Amino acid sequence: MSLLELNRVQAYYGGIEALKGISLTVGEGEIVTLIGSNGAGKSTTLKSICGQVKTSGEIRFKGEAISSWLPHQIAASGIAHVPEGRRIFPKLTVKENLEMGAFSVKDKALVKERIEQAFAYFPRLKERYRQAGGTMSGGEQQMLAIARGLMMKPDILLLDEPSMGLAPVLVDQIFEIIQELNASGMTILLVEQNAYHALQIADRGYVIQTGEITMQGKASSLIADEQVKESYLA
Amino acid sequence: MNDILHTLPQVLIDGLALGAIYAVVALGYTMVYGILELINFAHGEIFMTGAFVGTAVLLAAQGTGLAASLPPWLFYLLIMLIAMMFTGALGVGIERVAYRPLRKAPKLISLIAAFGVSFVLQDVVRFIAELRTGNYIVSSSSLYGERMSLPASSISSLFGDATVKTNTLIILGAALLLMVALDRFVNRSKWGVAMRAVAQDRETASLMSINVNKVIVLTFFIGSALGGATGVLFAQQYGTIDPYIGFILGMKAFTAAVLGGIGNIRGAMFGGFVIGILEMFASSNLGTLTGGSFGAEYKDVFAFSILIIVLIFKPEGLFGRAVKEKV
Repeated sequence: MSLLELNRVQAYYGGIEALKGISLTVGEGEIVTLIGSNGAGKSTTLKSICGQVKTSGEIRFKGEAISSWLPHQIAASGIAHVPEGRRIFPKLTVKENLEMGAFSVKDKALVKERIEQAFAYFPRLKERYRQAGGTMSGGEQQMLAIARGLMMKPDILLLDEPSMGLAPVLVDQIFEIIQELNASGMTILLVEQNAYHALQIADRGYVIQTGEITMQGKASSLIADEQVKESYLA
Repeated sequence: MNDILHTLPQVLIDGLALGAIYAVVALGYTMVYGILELINFAHGEIFMTGAFVGTAVLLAAQGTGLAASLPPWLFYLLIMLIAMMFTGALGVGIERVAYRPLRKAPKLISLIAAFGVSFVLQDVVRFIAELRTGNYIVSSSSLYGERMSLPASSISSLFGDATVKTNTLIILGAALLLMVALDRFVNRSKWGVAMRAVAQDRETASLMSINVNKVIVLTFFIGSALGGATGVLFAQQYGTIDPYIGFILGMKAFTAAVLGGIGNIRGAMFGGFVIGILEMFASSNLGTLTGGSFGAEYKDVFAFSILIIVLIFKPEGLFGRAVKEKV
């Protein structure tokens, strides 16, 4: 059984059908990437999983149908979503941002412990823990967004364009972090425009085009595919 | 000039008391705006309802002799708590019935709903008051009505003595306590931080497993309870209330919130005191300053001129940050 399973999921914005029946699965311990051009429906897929857009079809997480749940219930069930554009709380401090990531954790000592873990993993955040999130650089904000997502010790991490707008050096660093997280057992669904990079670290991949999955397979075979090369890796 | 200095101690005392009332009421406006970008114009009526609930409890308890058996401070505290619970629940009910169904509608629609709620509250309170007392203007006695003299003239002969009601001190103390408690709650507690998170980015807050509706309900409860508590303080200070006191007072508290930067909690507190003191200053000195052509009755013009000036020159308020368009 897959950890996360989407079965012919359709999503609508107003009257427009943004997803036309997407099916995909993410198994425990995998990195699965969803690649495609702007407006193909990558972010909408993640938002559908998190209950932020109205959907029809079936979404199962740990075997349970979650598509009728409210966003905060879905999050509390173990899905951490690091949204596009990082969306850290600009006027909350770094520490408060992290605390909000652990909102579902009742045990205060545990929250403290996880903040220490986050600081150990991202030393830059420790230097800035009393600073307002909005005053940090793009790379630091991305690290904070990921650290915030990890605070709830999720079963799966959804990453939406984590490399967007970052300098090449930082992009490499973010991809390294994703690999390390996966090596330590974290399941990851990665949405990327940077298809080459994403396919390099992923186990499997899906190509999405105008709301439909057009190709899927092992990341290593997608990266060698002529059509994928032409459309996304050129 | 000497006249102005002579009355200054009294102006400051009365201005601080009035300012404390504006400040706490302004918190209700600014908290709801911060989280929903809705100007809850019914908040003035929630304040008024608090004043009536407090007065009703006071009169009922005095009628049964229960009041005499309790120490006045405990009785006062009890009245405030009852009024806070009542108005807190009222605010939550209003959100549920009038604002939540309209949350996705254009802001103007919710604003009109807020005015509708105001009128309903005014008329319901008036109806009940007239039913019970035969008159919609209700008077009550002050629990701490005694006055003392503040010998400001001993500091400098330029100043005149001021009289202070014990209740004025209670207003200042209670308002400060409520403001400090709220400030600590919003900045230190988990739900307080969640409140700020929801105000900044509701969608992302829900991704953190924060129950956004619960945060909004909490915001309405706290803001409305603060408004109700202030209503009791007001009724105790001025003795006479009617169902329309919430309108002008609410407008001025709203002005205070705008002055401090709407959405900014500390700004609202500061704005309240500024408006209160300026209004008292205007009320006692406008006649002197204009050679008698404008009297104290123009004090409201003064408060609302401030609103207009702020909106023209610093629309984000003294402590607000200019809103940048999101790209």
